[in-house]
Amino acid sequence: MSGAGNREAVFATRQSLGVMKSKLKGAETGHSLLKRKSEALTKRFREITHRIDEAKRKMGRVMSIAAFSLAEVTYATGGGSNLNYQVQETVKTARFRVRTKQENVSGVLLPAFESYIAEGTSDFGLTGLGRGGQQVQQCREVYGRAVETLVELASLQTAFVILDDVIKVVNRRVNAIEHVIIPRTENTIKYINSELDELDREEFYRLKKVKGKKHRDAEEAEKELRAKMAEVGITATDKTNDGGEGVPDILEEKEDEDLIF
Amino acid sequence: MASSSGPQTSRGRQFIAVIGDEDSVTGLLLAGVGHVTAPPNVTKNFLVVDAKTETDKIEKAFEEFINRKDIGILLINQHIAEKIRYRVDTYTAAFPAVLEIPSKDHPYDPEKDSVLRRVRRLFGE
Repeated sequence: MSGAGNREAVFATRQSLGVMKSKLKGAETGHSLLKRKSEALTKRFREITHRIDEAKRKMGRVMSIAAFSLAEVTYATGGGSNLNYQVQETVKTARFRVRTKQENVSGVLLPAFESYIAEGTSDFGLTGLGRGGQQVQQCREVYGRAVETLVELASLQTAFVILDDVIKVVNRRVNAIEHVIIPRTENTIKYINSELDELDREEFYRLKKVKGKKHRDAEEAEKELRAKMAEVGITATDKTNDGGEGVPDILEEKEDEDLIF
Repeated sequence: MASSSGPQTSRGRQFIAVIGDEDSVTGLLLAGVGHVTAPPNVTKNFLVVDAKTETDKIEKAFEEFINRKDIGILLINQHIAEKIRYRVDTYTAAFPAVLEIPSKDHPYDPEKDSVLRRVRRLFGE
């Protein structure tokens, strides 16, 4: 994956190197944070799946007890279809209701159902008035408990569904950072570094060249000067012998030297 | 349908809906989960399924219950869920929670439960 292809399109400058370095740092921090979040959620998730498994088994038992209780009622009231019909027709408003509350697990809101009994009298006050009233009462209680178990199970199941989704998203992010963003940024940094090194070498070489050229030029100039001096030497000494006039001449020559260096 | 997950959609869901055979429904109604709105437009939150009930009708009721905004939990007998298995298995939203329950004549089989199957698949069993 370490080709030139997998990097961001940036100019190789010191500034973008700084930007990339801070980006890498951010990605690493984010990665470790997300990883920890995912671990916390997974722990919770496993716990919930175990509890679901348990609750499902419990539900099997509770429901069979409830069914048995209903069978008792049918026997006591005599003629099940009559009771069933009566119950289905008299029902008006739900007494047994659920409300949702939320629990925060590592920034994920997990809803949980909570059952409560609404105000008002039961619709079935007259059910089984003639026969089997006691059994009906008992059956209502048994079924009430059964529904509570079911509500509990529903909470777990909802939490399971939501956690499943959230864990998937978090893991996807973790993997994206780990396998895409971090290598990419590292590649970019490597690229910028190599480009900067290359520029450095070029610059060094160029300086060396310039210096060499200057050196050569200086030597040549000196040679020329010496030749000139040798040629003009006599007159120059003559002029100095003459007096103050020689000073401007020397200055002119020095100016030439300056130009060369 | 699947897009309606998330905590914000959980408000106001206070009823428990039931799709089941006669006995299961009667028992749960006795517990007090039933809710019938006043006429003229009567809507019930339960459906009684017997041997003569068509699969279409079950599926329609299922659709209706999962799309209603006041239902938090949908209880469905496992042998009835079996009839619309393809529909139950593709349902993945968080609200309402669909719960498969055993009935008197059909003991509970964890192998068939859509959620438990998902659990199993996740842990690679």
